[in-house]
Amino acid sequence: MTLAQAFFEALESLNGNKLRSGLTVLGIVIGVAAVIAMLAVGRGAEESITGSISGIGTNLLFVFRGGQDQSIRNTRPLTLADAEAIADPFAAPSVEAVAPILQANREISYGGERTTVEVNGVTPAYFPVRNYELTEGEFINEEHLLGRASVVLIGPEAADTLFGRHEGITGETIRIDGQPFRILGVLASKGGGAFGSEDNRVIIPFSTAQARLIRRSTRDQVDVLLVQAVSGDAVLMATEEISQILRQRHRTPVGADDFTVFTQQDLLATFQSITGILTIFLGGIAGISLLVGGIGIMNIMLVSVTERTREIGLRKALGARRRDILIQFLTESSLLSLIGGIIGILFGWLISFAVGQIAVASGTAFTPVVGLDAVTLATLFSAAVGLFFGIYPANRAASLEPVEALRYE
Amino acid sequence: MSNVIEALDIRKVYQMGEVQVEALRGVSFTIQRGEVVAIMGPSGSGKSTLMNTLGCLDRPTSGEYVLDGETVASLNDDQLADIRNRKVGFVFQSFNLLSRQTAITNVELPLRYSSNLNGRRERAMDALKAVGLEDRMTHRPYELSGGQQQRVAIARAIVNNPAIIMADEPTGNLDSKVGKEIMNLLLNLNRESGTTLIIITHDPVVAEQTQRVIRLRDGLLDGAP
Repeated sequence: MTLAQAFFEALESLNGNKLRSGLTVLGIVIGVAAVIAMLAVGRGAEESITGSISGIGTNLLFVFRGGQDQSIRNTRPLTLADAEAIADPFAAPSVEAVAPILQANREISYGGERTTVEVNGVTPAYFPVRNYELTEGEFINEEHLLGRASVVLIGPEAADTLFGRHEGITGETIRIDGQPFRILGVLASKGGGAFGSEDNRVIIPFSTAQARLIRRSTRDQVDVLLVQAVSGDAVLMATEEISQILRQRHRTPVGADDFTVFTQQDLLATFQSITGILTIFLGGIAGISLLVGGIGIMNIMLVSVTERTREIGLRKALGARRRDILIQFLTESSLLSLIGGIIGILFGWLISFAVGQIAVASGTAFTPVVGLDAVTLATLFSAAVGLFFGIYPANRAASLEPVEALRYE
Repeated sequence: MSNVIEALDIRKVYQMGEVQVEALRGVSFTIQRGEVVAIMGPSGSGKSTLMNTLGCLDRPTSGEYVLDGETVASLNDDQLADIRNRKVGFVFQSFNLLSRQTAITNVELPLRYSSNLNGRRERAMDALKAVGLEDRMTHRPYELSGGQQQRVAIARAIVNNPAIIMADEPTGNLDSKVGKEIMNLLLNLNRESGTTLIIITHDPVVAEQTQRVIRLRDGLLDGAP
């Protein structure tokens, strides 16, 4: 008896008992769908969290003045020269771009409205590094930088406070600490990030900030160096390269760095392990329902074996070996679970889709992701369930004595 | 003429709870190739046990049994299944057809378990032609009369060219007219192909049509000491 024959016979036999087969399959469908949906939700949560971190950029590093150890004294400030040194592709091949930042809180006003926001003095390199987008207007460019232009990019939240809207305000003039700045454009919303709202801020050219708004004691001083590594994997290398360069330039003794390089990777790793546990937990609970479905298969196969005792006896009388009967019943149980698995995958995908839609409707940007690995896992697992729970009934069928089976009423 | 069946001192003991039941108590006989033999006896005489043993459905507790040149008594379950598949065609009182399958699929069933898979459909068709059901191939059992169902069963028995056909009360569930047709069919098949025919029956009319009657009583051949 070939496997193809066994397959078609099993299909016929299951077809002969549609309601019963259907209900048994339903058990597996629910199990597999639950597994798929839960894994998808877990994966979606993970991607949503890592996505919000990636919004800041997983390949980003922040370099601050001051060591991790408070006892380190006489720290040198970071300067534009440091930034240039780090940007040197030969000294730091893992570094893609460097964006020096000056930051301070300043009062901005328009008409009678006033509010205090974070003011950032940046170079044009800043925008691609931070993945900023504009809803209108244009970015700060080299000319603005060279001319110390009084232009400003305004965050949507700050714009709302001043104007009551964040559209159609390009070209208006606001005051920062009393000095007039022309609005060059409006930043696209980034939402709340790990460091407070990114939308309640204004951005001006670095040179303008340096000259007129945020004065620092040292020449060309920089508050933060935002460094973009060439890739997420290169962050560690980049950290090392930056540290080497700064140690050299600042002439710091070994183990007494007067600067700190902070990366997003540790944060990301923590979140990933949390969502990983969440996914396993949810998948485990769903797995229990798959197990229950498997017991349903075993149950129905046992009934089927009893019902078909005479048929088994006849088949044996006609020359079916133990193995033939075993394969026949195993094929049936595997087919039940496989069909259940396939429908379950579709169903689980549908549930994930629905969850995603509900999330969108309730304002949470969250998309469950049905991964290929989840599908493979569910398929293999459901087939394994069918085999495992089919073995006992099939074995029982195969062990029947032909004489007794034929006599069975 | 050679012997297709050689049975020597066959004994079969069943353990029924605490009690041992001797169903066969030393039965010896031979059946020649092409012979038509009836096995008769009252119920409880060991008739069914003898049929199960001759049909290789069961092993004797002791004794020698050679079927078509092969010693059966010492074979394992799978080897017995193989012997049944190649050498024995069964015809049952209650037909034992697979109710959801068509006539042709039912006839094909022994070939599915055979090592020789070539021309399965054609051989099944030939067998159905031999029993006169070439126009009922795709009918299912419930669409056929009792006599037609038994013909399908006979086609299934002969499809693999067995050495013997074991018919267990083949006319038991049929009225006398149809029963007679079935008997004639079996006897014709025996005449045409020379397949040995063994009929287990308690119907004297059936037994009359055979060449020889083996009578059993209390697990022994009738007339034996």
